[in-house]
Amino acid sequence: MTDSILQLKQLSFAFPDKQVINDLSYNLKKGDFLSIVGENGVGKTTLMRLILQELKPTSGELAFLPNRNAVKVGYVPQFRNVDSEYPLSIQDFVGLNFARFGVPWLTGSERKRVREILKETKLNDIRKRPLGQASGGEKQKAYLAQALLDRPNLLILDESTASLDPVAKTELLDLVKQINNHQQLTVIFVTHDIPLARRYADDYLFLSPGHYEAGKITELTNEKVGAMNNA
Amino acid sequence: MLSYPFMQNAYMAGTLIAIISGIMGVFVIARNMSFLTHTLSEIGFAGAAFGIFLGWQPLNGMLLFTTISSIGVGELGAKSSRRENSITAISALAIGLGILFLSLADSNASYATGILFGSVIGISRANVIQMVALSVAVLIVIALIYRFLKFDSFDPVGARVQGLWTRTLSVIFLVLLAFSVSVAAQIVGSLLIFILLTLPAAAAKYFVHTVGMMSTVAVAFALIGVWLGLYLSYVTNWPVSFFIAVIEVLFYFCALIYQRIRA
Ligand SMILES: Nc1ncnc2c1ncn2[C@@H]1O[C@H](COP(=O)(O)OP(=O)(O)OP(=O)(O)O)[C@@H](O)[C@H]1O
Ligand SMILES: [Mg+2]
Repeated sequence: MTDSILQLKQLSFAFPDKQVINDLSYNLKKGDFLSIVGENGVGKTTLMRLILQELKPTSGELAFLPNRNAVKVGYVPQFRNVDSEYPLSIQDFVGLNFARFGVPWLTGSERKRVREILKETKLNDIRKRPLGQASGGEKQKAYLAQALLDRPNLLILDESTASLDPVAKTELLDLVKQINNHQQLTVIFVTHDIPLARRYADDYLFLSPGHYEAGKITELTNEKVGAMNNA
Repeated sequence: MLSYPFMQNAYMAGTLIAIISGIMGVFVIARNMSFLTHTLSEIGFAGAAFGIFLGWQPLNGMLLFTTISSIGVGELGAKSSRRENSITAISALAIGLGILFLSLADSNASYATGILFGSVIGISRANVIQMVALSVAVLIVIALIYRFLKFDSFDPVGARVQGLWTRTLSVIFLVLLAFSVSVAAQIVGSLLIFILLTLPAAAAKYFVHTVGMMSTVAVAFALIGVWLGLYLSYVTNWPVSFFIAVIEVLFYFCALIYQRIRA
């Protein structure tokens, strides 16, 4: 029996004018690669914001296991605005995530970690390039590198592959999958790309208004996907 | 020139002002706060006039007004359109109050021009000491929260999703800005202070690829402007803020031209 890292119990959430999540229960296992699918506006990003504790559940419970401090979350958001004129190199951008008290500049071991993650994400050759001038795919990799920098054990990708070409998608997810396998990184992958989810995920959680379904990714049949696309 | 004590004071104060303006300017630019900085300097004018009215040092009146309003602005929250409009209203009120206090204070006109346009001869050794203390305090706080401030200023979405205490951070930053405005206004005057807090950093960003380099270049631009401005003012007897303004604007235009040719 594998341990859980995150437990949702009858979780509900409503914006003042709109019920979004309704009575959702789910048990996320440590080391799992979970794909969350569902139509636009069904509440996927909202669920992620609940997990990040940016929003508070209206009712129900959301618990990290064994405790909150044991879980470090890395998040690659769906939208981001980094000004294209900023003098922020890719390397600089990735290092931002070492936000803590201490000397203003990065220490030797912190710089080493930045280099390591830049190599892993294949950004090392362009690390000096301003982020504003990087291509869409390079930016996504930089976002991922920043999220991975501080060694999270739960990584959330919110449609991070949507704007990537097929090769870049594979590269990015291969990397995530590799860390998922070797370092017990738990991954939540929000996507509309069902074939991609089939290829990388272990499990799925399918959100539709007022109804949730979860299972092994192999059980996510074309029929269900079709029903989703027609909705 | 440097054998005159008032010039020594002016150079010491000017050097400090250039350093904190350059560093703070980097965050002012990244956080899109040029407009707010301008307003804070107008509020500073009202504060200085209020100080004179009560018989205080103008700097203390400035500190009082700018600090209170910077906290107030932080509370106005993130709705940027509403914020712009309230800031315009506040700035109108501030200038009105400043004019009122000055006329009530019945002080001579040179005091008023000193506050508005800055002055070289007005800075005493005691002023310099107070400015050193304030500047050092600002620099220490910046150093302590530098990494958080950098993350939040250059990648606000990333900072928020990593659970940074962004609201507190933004209030702290505004208070630091209030201090910087008050200190810098002593030489450049409240009318032109936003120049040092915005233009050097705005120009610097076109020449560099890292935030650290941006701060260094911004401080350099600010220092050149202040040092050269003081010298030219001494030689010509023209106002120092005029020279500083011209030099910084030149830097900024050069940066824009450089950006054009490179692109
Ligand atoms: N701050 C907010 N206030 C009110 N309603 C909101 C807010 N944010 C999102 N919503 C609404 O909540 C619903 C869920 O939004 P959410 O962003 O979670 O959808 P999503 O599943 O991520 O969609 P997509 O696939 O388009 O990214 C939407 O109907 C949206 O309009
Ligand atoms: Mg979404």
